[in-house]
Amino acid sequence: MADNTATEAQPATPTKRKGVKRRAFLIGGVAVVGAGLFGISIADSNAAKSAKARLESDGGHSFATWLKIGEDDSITIYSPHTDIGQGSNTGLAQMLAEELDAAWDQVRVVSAPAEPAFANVGLGRAFLADMTGQPAIINGIPQSFLSFIARQMNLQMTGGSTALRFTGRVTFQNVGAATRLALIETAAKRLDVPADELTTQDSHVIHAKSGRALRYGELAAEAATLSLDNAPKLKDPSQYRIMRQSIQRLDIPAKVDGSAQYGIDFSVPNMRVATIMAAPVRGGKLTSVDTAPALAVKGVEKVIKLDDAVAVVAKGYWPAISGLRALTPEFSDGGNGGISTASIFKAQDDLIAKGDADSTAGDGDVQAGLGAKPIEAEYQVPFLHHAMMEPFALTAYFKDGKLNIWGGMQDPLATKMMAVDVSGLDADDVTFHPMMIGGSFGRRLPMYMEIVGQVTKLAMQLPYPVKLIWSREEEVAQGAYRPQSSAALKASLTKEKRITAYRNDYAQPESAESETVFPYTLPAVSRRHFAHVSNQQTGAWRSVNSTQQGFYNESFMDELAHAAGEDPVVFRRNHLKAGSRHLRVLDEVAARSGWGSPLPAGTGRGVALVESFRTIVAQVIEASVGEDGMPKVHKVTTVVDAGSIVNPDAAMAQIEGGIIMGLSSAIGEAITLENGAVQQSNLADYPLLKMADTPLVMDIHFLNSGADMGGIGEPGVPPAAPALANALFAATGKRVRNLPILTQAKA
Amino acid sequence: MKRRYEWELICMAIQTSINGKPVALSAEPDTPLLWVIREELGLTGTKFGCGIAACGACTVHVNGEPTRSCSVPVSEVAGKSITTIEGLKSADGTLHAVQKAWISAQVPQCGYCQSGQIMAAVALIKKTGSPSDAQIDEAMTNICRCGTYPRIRKAIHAATGQAAKAAKPAEGAA
Repeated sequence: MADNTATEAQPATPTKRKGVKRRAFLIGGVAVVGAGLFGISIADSNAAKSAKARLESDGGHSFATWLKIGEDDSITIYSPHTDIGQGSNTGLAQMLAEELDAAWDQVRVVSAPAEPAFANVGLGRAFLADMTGQPAIINGIPQSFLSFIARQMNLQMTGGSTALRFTGRVTFQNVGAATRLALIETAAKRLDVPADELTTQDSHVIHAKSGRALRYGELAAEAATLSLDNAPKLKDPSQYRIMRQSIQRLDIPAKVDGSAQYGIDFSVPNMRVATIMAAPVRGGKLTSVDTAPALAVKGVEKVIKLDDAVAVVAKGYWPAISGLRALTPEFSDGGNGGISTASIFKAQDDLIAKGDADSTAGDGDVQAGLGAKPIEAEYQVPFLHHAMMEPFALTAYFKDGKLNIWGGMQDPLATKMMAVDVSGLDADDVTFHPMMIGGSFGRRLPMYMEIVGQVTKLAMQLPYPVKLIWSREEEVAQGAYRPQSSAALKASLTKEKRITAYRNDYAQPESAESETVFPYTLPAVSRRHFAHVSNQQTGAWRSVNSTQQGFYNESFMDELAHAAGEDPVVFRRNHLKAGSRHLRVLDEVAARSGWGSPLPAGTGRGVALVESFRTIVAQVIEASVGEDGMPKVHKVTTVVDAGSIVNPDAAMAQIEGGIIMGLSSAIGEAITLENGAVQQSNLADYPLLKMADTPLVMDIHFLNSGADMGGIGEPGVPPAAPALANALFAATGKRVRNLPILTQAKA
Repeated sequence: MKRRYEWELICMAIQTSINGKPVALSAEPDTPLLWVIREELGLTGTKFGCGIAACGACTVHVNGEPTRSCSVPVSEVAGKSITTIEGLKSADGTLHAVQKAWISAQVPQCGYCQSGQIMAAVALIKKTGSPSDAQIDEAMTNICRCGTYPRIRKAIHAATGQAAKAAKPAEGAA
């Protein structure tokens, strides 16, 4: 029997498509060189010195780049990640503070400066380990190398549910533990006692025998001169008192009284506000625009033409957007005027029908196993918009040869480097000041942040600071969407209701192999990617590829169960390895949801099981169809095995939000194209789930199997669409194969 | 001459009250209240989300009524009393009961929509006392992309002494 779990599957052959792949970018560079634990502290000394000086400029003593202890016992943790509300900064602080034995009420977290010295080493190191499943490869390589390379690569990215499981476990826990040892060593010398007689608690080193204690603040100066142990022993989880606690998130108080400052809230004296419209057909250029109607609007100061966009600069947002709306710019279509939602699906279907795959993964002789009459089903999903609530907004000011930019992005360092490229300035002359982010879900990743280039171009030609705000209309029309994708699935069954062969042919821009895991153990499986690229920019949308792949596989497994005449939970069980985590999660959700118990007429239950980012989530949804044809979700039961979790309540919030985002996209969301341009214009025609549609009962349970820590920000999303579609089939006998459900309800 | 010009300006200005303080606004009359609050008064707790009153991130109170300020010209609020998220705290800085409930339930994720959510919730509670789930569904139409709805519901129940209901939506914490 072939096993198709992530670690054992054959790697996909590289796709034929050119260009930088999301993960290949990370792995490609890191794989060559190896790993390092402690940021710059053991890398080159110049970078170390300048970073240390920078952190200590307002007092305190710095340890391994990421931590500073003040003489007053204050503890400052520098996070290389962007907390977008997922609580990652609080979680990272919990991990470091736990190993440091810090007094929690003295801990604060700030964003690490967007400078190469603060590149995210833990991320680079662990990405390699995660993707290859062979951490031994990197363990023998000199530590200093990866620091250097990560800085060359400008990694300061938040994504892939990586903050805690990589940066936290690889870097922050070790930094906390090593710093604690340095504090103990310093205290032992000062108290003239053996180090092993000392204990630590609440930011004190304690010598119980003599009843003496020293504050971390009074030890920090000397301890900071010691070199840190690069393989300190970490605590046993039974000793935890900060980790695994539902500690209140540090960022929340400022988010209830209006004091939190997001990128869009930034302001400096003499600042102007700009807004922009890019070519509606992506790939087009600005061909002409009469600027007079905008300049006639009171408060408008300038109309700036960019290669593919027109921007209006004014005293405020209202005159800027009024000026922009007064314009009738003409754009070319870049030869993309014939592209539509229908034409993309047709092209994708043609590619799959032709059968010339760009990459293939899996195992076994699928062709033979499928036989002459396999069971077949075709599925389609649309482009999805991220709909982060804070539209893109960056402020930039070019003065005396220096460019400063303020705002919120998922990779501050890459933001800076992009501004360096566009401005032609030296890296030393460009500073990016990271601010709080009003949602992202993958939209603010460095690969798609065209606003950085736009605001840089504006600032370089304006004598005053300028804040560029995208309208919601621009945000909807110029997305980095979850790809529109189609799939054709085939499988054959034995008389004993067992799958003999399973094929998943899917068409979209990139292979989904890096992100998705097929959990079932079957004799023969094939996953074939057919690369189709439209004119639209596609990217990471919360849970990256796992939403569409989860929908395809878990819908089809349901269809196969019904074809076999077997209960969908039992059918899945029979194709999972005995004793596996997947099986345990599935059994748990069946038990907790009351699977198999009677339901009112017209209501059905559906199940789905999806692993993404090393976290396994199983879900049972109870749903019916209302008189208006719209699905009504009554109850969602979810079981999560993320291995272990750092902050249970924050993890719970991520799963809740993930389920709601999954339901929202399954029920109502779609970006569609006509004549090469996006048809939706704002949130009025891109319906997002609201309070009234959110199920009243959402039971969420964590199993905490102790396996390696999985992600928590993304894995909550994928099961909702297939679990709902399967529930609707159980309720109505009608199979949903195209999303969103709303479109079919109306049809 | 100069003096007369200033007098005219004052006459043209729109008089209103923000968070209990009288203000004279110089914005063009068609400017949405949202942008006057954010850019002229510098109160950035009220957010821009969509500009078409679809998301509610810009919700403030106008004479106590929850109002989507992105779609109300400032000329329409002349002589009215406006409260923003910054005006919810009491004079001594104590948080409003709803703000406290928001922290207890750990409602915000990215937090961007939460000023609007809180303003909508405060208005709902003022009107209904202790709102039922159906009343919450009807009144709380603001969008939260992070999906904090179960916690918003829980916080509204908790703020109005409906502890049992507050515990219901998110049980089973590990």
